[in-house]
Amino acid sequence: MDPLDRVVKPKTKRAKRFLEKREPKLKENTKIAMLIKGGNANLRVTEVKNITRPFEDQTSLEFFSKKSDCSLFLFGSHNKKRPNNLVIGRMFDYHVLDMIELGVEKFVSLKDVKNSKCPEGTKPMLIFAGDMFDVNEEYRRLKSLLIDFFRGPTVPSIRLAGLEYVLHFTAVDGKIYMRSYKVLLKKSGCKIPRIELEEMGPSLDLVMRRTHLASDDLYKLSLKQPKALKPKKKKNISHDVFGTTYGRIHMQKQDLGKLQTRKMKGLKKRPAEKAAEDSGVSPKKSKSA
Amino acid sequence: QLSHTPPQLRSPGNEGTTFPGKHCSEPAHQTSPFRVRRRAFRRGAREGLRCSSGISRWDLRARVGAARPGLTAEEQEAEKRRSVVVEKELELEFDLGNLLALDRNPPPAAGLRGAGPQREAQLLALARDNTQLLVAQLWELPAERAGGAGGPLVARLPEPTLRLPREKPPPRPKPPTRWEQFARLKGIRRRKRTSLVWDEQAKEWRRRWGYRRAGGDPARAWLAEVPEGADPEEDQFARLRREKRERVARNELNRLRNLARAHRAGAAIPAAPLHPTGHQSKEELSHVARVARVSTASLGRFQPRLPKEPAEPPSRSGGKKRRFEPLLGNLAAERSRQLQLLKDMGSKKPVLDITRAVNKQLRQEEAEAAAAKGKKQSQRGKRGRRQQRTGRSSKKSAARRHQQRPAGSGTGGSKRKKA
Repeated sequence: MDPLDRVVKPKTKRAKRFLEKREPKLKENTKIAMLIKGGNANLRVTEVKNITRPFEDQTSLEFFSKKSDCSLFLFGSHNKKRPNNLVIGRMFDYHVLDMIELGVEKFVSLKDVKNSKCPEGTKPMLIFAGDMFDVNEEYRRLKSLLIDFFRGPTVPSIRLAGLEYVLHFTAVDGKIYMRSYKVLLKKSGCKIPRIELEEMGPSLDLVMRRTHLASDDLYKLSLKQPKALKPKKKKNISHDVFGTTYGRIHMQKQDLGKLQTRKMKGLKKRPAEKAAEDSGVSPKKSKSA
Repeated sequence: QLSHTPPQLRSPGNEGTTFPGKHCSEPAHQTSPFRVRRRAFRRGAREGLRCSSGISRWDLRARVGAARPGLTAEEQEAEKRRSVVVEKELELEFDLGNLLALDRNPPPAAGLRGAGPQREAQLLALARDNTQLLVAQLWELPAERAGGAGGPLVARLPEPTLRLPREKPPPRPKPPTRWEQFARLKGIRRRKRTSLVWDEQAKEWRRRWGYRRAGGDPARAWLAEVPEGADPEEDQFARLRREKRERVARNELNRLRNLARAHRAGAAIPAAPLHPTGHQSKEELSHVARVARVSTASLGRFQPRLPKEPAEPPSRSGGKKRRFEPLLGNLAAERSRQLQLLKDMGSKKPVLDITRAVNKQLRQEEAEAAAAKGKKQSQRGKRGRRQQRTGRSSKKSAARRHQQRPAGSGTGGSKRKKA
């Protein structure tokens, strides 16, 4: 048996908490990425024994993922056949789901651009431009993968003035241009501000190389939502094509006899009538009797 | 170039006023800048303004805006919004929960193919337009001031609509324990009991169970009853302690059994969908290999053997077929087997399989306990049961009964135990 597959019984409360944190959850935690340096030419001396090659053998990646509980990975390597290689991928249940190899053709780092930067941990705005991201299956997966990678935590609300980081991906002519900009909000005279962008770095020109995509079955399985998270269907409410809401409500019949009409002295009840009403004989009953 | 507006167009008096309508979804406000400009041009012509070729379009527009302070409100708004309006052939898709925008328009490939600075400028312009549209959507969201009136403006984001793969499969329901299975079969439901009960002796509400429980801890009682027909020399306190220890041990054993069964059930489930991930467990692989082997026309009879495979053809279920030794053959093995049999029969020491024996003993004990319980209930008869039912019906009487038990332990002939 795999040593990681044993029934692990925690001995301390802390160990128990740790294991509980790793269990599958209904509402999942934010995915964590691991960035791995591959068998590089400079590092060959030190790492010659354990060069990882994700496309040939995934077991070491899966082992790392299980150890560190990370489901996203970015693997960088460089060799003669595939220079400046970047493998981006994600895991499902500690197995590789999607993996896409990208070649870096041009790279401008964060330090190369002398501009003001945005603070660390800013939730970026993600924009994908190009029909390729919608037409091609591989590009569609890459888009989903990049969103998964860069979207950060899911938040209920956001400070509007703090939106200052844009990641823009453009797919043209078999190349993907990744650019990051700092957003400057300018006054426009109306409620919506005018946007000006400023190059911030890092920016990359990427080409797609090999891909390893999950089969449709597995991908569908990974998308499956637990039943408890699905929104409950509300009864008696329906919508039509225009978005109008229809509902069915149940009301009791209004008693028109008690309707308050215009107040006049002539319509006032005499004390005898009032007493008869108070005694509780409703007109319906008197009819049947 | 449409999206860039010269700064002199903005009139300072209108700065800060808010635009009430929606930005993109209202067709009434979506007059294109082209159309607005043409209208302005016509108006300029009517007034007698001459548009010479030396004056650029921007200048003209600025002059028109300045020359006509009495524009209608709608036109003024259109003027102001010109700096934030972006025209796109196909509408963008938004997922505001992820701060995501998808632009399906094909980017101008000719411009991006060119040299470095030109391409960068093109990309920047494209990014600016898309960001402007996304920001416009975000500004439409319901917003509030965080932390009072002076706080920053915070927009409430909707739930993300784009579905991304999960990190792990959804949690499986815990398999039921043996008791839960039984209770379900019999329709036994858990009933809620209050954690506090009235302690008559202490005159206060105390816990039903645990530290400082009502009625005192039976393990720390100073008096123990000697049951009828028991050995008078026997230490009753020691007996109680031993019984408690045994109960705890049995409970622990059952708990572990439940755990083991749950683990076995958990391992059995993922065998069904075989994920094409290149990593399967040994059991899964052997199962698949077995099925594949017998899936030939001759049920695997003529299948060539793998290097370390056993000689006998595998059955479909994975079990072993019973085989008899040949009558005539290996005489030495037969001799040794017979001698071993005789030796076992002659020896004083019994051959013992400890696991089997322990299991047998446990089962026997459980059966005895169950039989004794049933017998006791039948002895008690209808009266006893009715009493129990009335006692259960009201909380007060239950509490009273609870009090009576330790006090009346000397007098009561039958010791009822609820375990």
